[in-house]
Amino acid sequence: MNAEQLRDDQNEELARQQGLQNRILCCTAAGCISCGADGLRQALAAEVETKGLKGKVEVCGTGCMGLCSRGPLVLDSAKKRLYGNVTVADAPAILASHDAAHPGLAERSIDLEAPFFTRQMKIVLANSGRVDPEKLADYIAAGGYQSLAKALEEMTPREVIEEVRKSGLRGRGGAGYPTGVKWALVAKQPAQTKYVVCNADEGDPGAFMDRSVLEGDPHRVLEGMAIAGYAVGAQQGYIYVRGEYGLAIQRLQNAIKQAEREHLLGSRILEQGFQFHIDLRIGAGAFVCGEETALIASIEGKRGQPRQRPPYPPASGLWGEPTLINNVETFANIPPIIEKGGDWFASIGTATSKGTKVFALAGKIANTGLIEVPMGMTLREILFDIGGGVPGGKFKVAQTGGPSGGCIPEQFLDTPVDYESLSKIGSIMGSGGLIVMDETSCMVDVARFFMEFCMDESCGKCVPCRAGTVQMHDILQRITTGEASPAELEMLKSLCTLLRETSLCGLGQTAPNPVVSTLKYFPEEYEAHIRERRCPARQCKFAPEEREVPA
Amino acid sequence: MSRHGYSGYALIEVLHTAQELFGYLSPALLKTIAHKLKLPPSRVLGVATFYHFFSLKPKGEHTFVVCIGTACYVAGGFGLVQKLEHRCTKAGHTTADGKVSVETARCIGSCGLAPAVIYDGNVLARVTAEVLDKQLDRIGVQ
Repeated sequence: MNAEQLRDDQNEELARQQGLQNRILCCTAAGCISCGADGLRQALAAEVETKGLKGKVEVCGTGCMGLCSRGPLVLDSAKKRLYGNVTVADAPAILASHDAAHPGLAERSIDLEAPFFTRQMKIVLANSGRVDPEKLADYIAAGGYQSLAKALEEMTPREVIEEVRKSGLRGRGGAGYPTGVKWALVAKQPAQTKYVVCNADEGDPGAFMDRSVLEGDPHRVLEGMAIAGYAVGAQQGYIYVRGEYGLAIQRLQNAIKQAEREHLLGSRILEQGFQFHIDLRIGAGAFVCGEETALIASIEGKRGQPRQRPPYPPASGLWGEPTLINNVETFANIPPIIEKGGDWFASIGTATSKGTKVFALAGKIANTGLIEVPMGMTLREILFDIGGGVPGGKFKVAQTGGPSGGCIPEQFLDTPVDYESLSKIGSIMGSGGLIVMDETSCMVDVARFFMEFCMDESCGKCVPCRAGTVQMHDILQRITTGEASPAELEMLKSLCTLLRETSLCGLGQTAPNPVVSTLKYFPEEYEAHIRERRCPARQCKFAPEEREVPA
Repeated sequence: MSRHGYSGYALIEVLHTAQELFGYLSPALLKTIAHKLKLPPSRVLGVATFYHFFSLKPKGEHTFVVCIGTACYVAGGFGLVQKLEHRCTKAGHTTADGKVSVETARCIGSCGLAPAVIYDGNVLARVTAEVLDKQLDRIGVQ
């Protein structure tokens, strides 16, 4: 396929879709599938057959529509109605020409004018919930691969990098390194062989943004990677995806095959001189593999242990060659930047953080699910306007950044969400997990929970992390059972500093963050456990008091 | 293995495929893989034990994987682990009759549906102890 055929295909598919009376979109992301979306989609398709609507009405599976708490979701695109908690029995009513006769549907109907939908701004998720992730034609109809065509036909690699640099896009994996700068670093390396790696090892507990992007719009990530390959001069890309994400793996494999067949990947892309191949590498359950040097070791078939940096991967990465590593969401931002220009992207967000951020809302919040908001929106707006607040309870903390992040208490709810503001209040942007806890969560136990995670996931290479996390977990465990002494609390504090300053990689350096932030904002909870043997949240079970045995 | 050109770089892919075919990685299987890929057996064992995904012991007929990621932790995932441990076996083990394996996972990415349990590969959403009880009764666990 060349660029002209690509545009023809787009127009053809758009015309076909407009010729239809209606398209019923059924969310088939992992969340809705576990509530029975597969059966529902089949029931809808069968209903189309029996009503004789074949060729007039189309039933499509799509990526995540966002409102996971109401799944399975179905969108009627002609009537612009969204239904939640749909069951197989609702299929005939949804396909009926007028639904006034079906009061059952009114109750399933979700208001599309609610703040959950109107306050969001979708760039990365623009196609998610609209296109069928298993059909290339659908992605092309939505303007897919046009950015790749534009980059190859009209731009030099240097111009592509300049556009990304101008956009101000920063790495969405958590650390926030400027993407354009990283690309330029790889591009200027003289080596013949270079690699582009997509980090899809989304290990943070409580985060499912990358999975939803891969499941909902896999072609966009492939397109972003191909553009990156063109810009930095690489011919081979790898996607390192978690082994737990079966559906994402299956859809990626399918997407790569489709794209290769149409010459959108592989050799002679779009009949130009550029070639770029993408292979999948399946992770095997190790959180530390999200760290870039550990990820490289894992792709090479070794134990996923990080190594000393520098040299950084842009200088010496996969098999010692220059390697560009970006996160899924970062790559997904690339096609719109090339299409609409870096200046457009830079106009969204705050002075230092541009564009939008996808968050996964979970925990004690009314609207759990996937959202995308412009940078700089406050936490209060995200949690209470979009998230719908805490049902039947009082907000206590929001946890961002997983085990490397911190807990944000109520007094900081008006903090704008950007890289700098969050790190100022002791948390991090992280990859986008946002978990809300109410007053039934004990902060000491939360810190213990995250420390247990870091202890399990420590790769064991450097001593501060391997031994330090065990010691910290031990002390936290003793605090939650009421056995710790005040001296141990001091020990815990000094271990925090030790790990932060001496660990080899990000896992160990950030492991104390949940402890530090809970100690800072909830010192009274630690005190209550140690001095009064009391858990303010009534979560911890204390060991029976030791009695002095009479001599 | 031939698909990957018997390359040592493909070790993790080979282990994935082997586990899919045989259910678990037996010592004999690891030895064969090491031999075929021309890798030291220590390296193969090292990689197989490093990653949580690989299992060196045979799995039970049915598997419950309880998610204890943050969202499921907040929603009470540990209560479900206790329930299974009470009725079956400790997490990370298989019952003596080989019927049920109980495992835990660090976030399966279904946080919108917390607490989640993967039963024989299917994700169950908003699981309660009663749901687990019913499931265990159905497969005939005492």
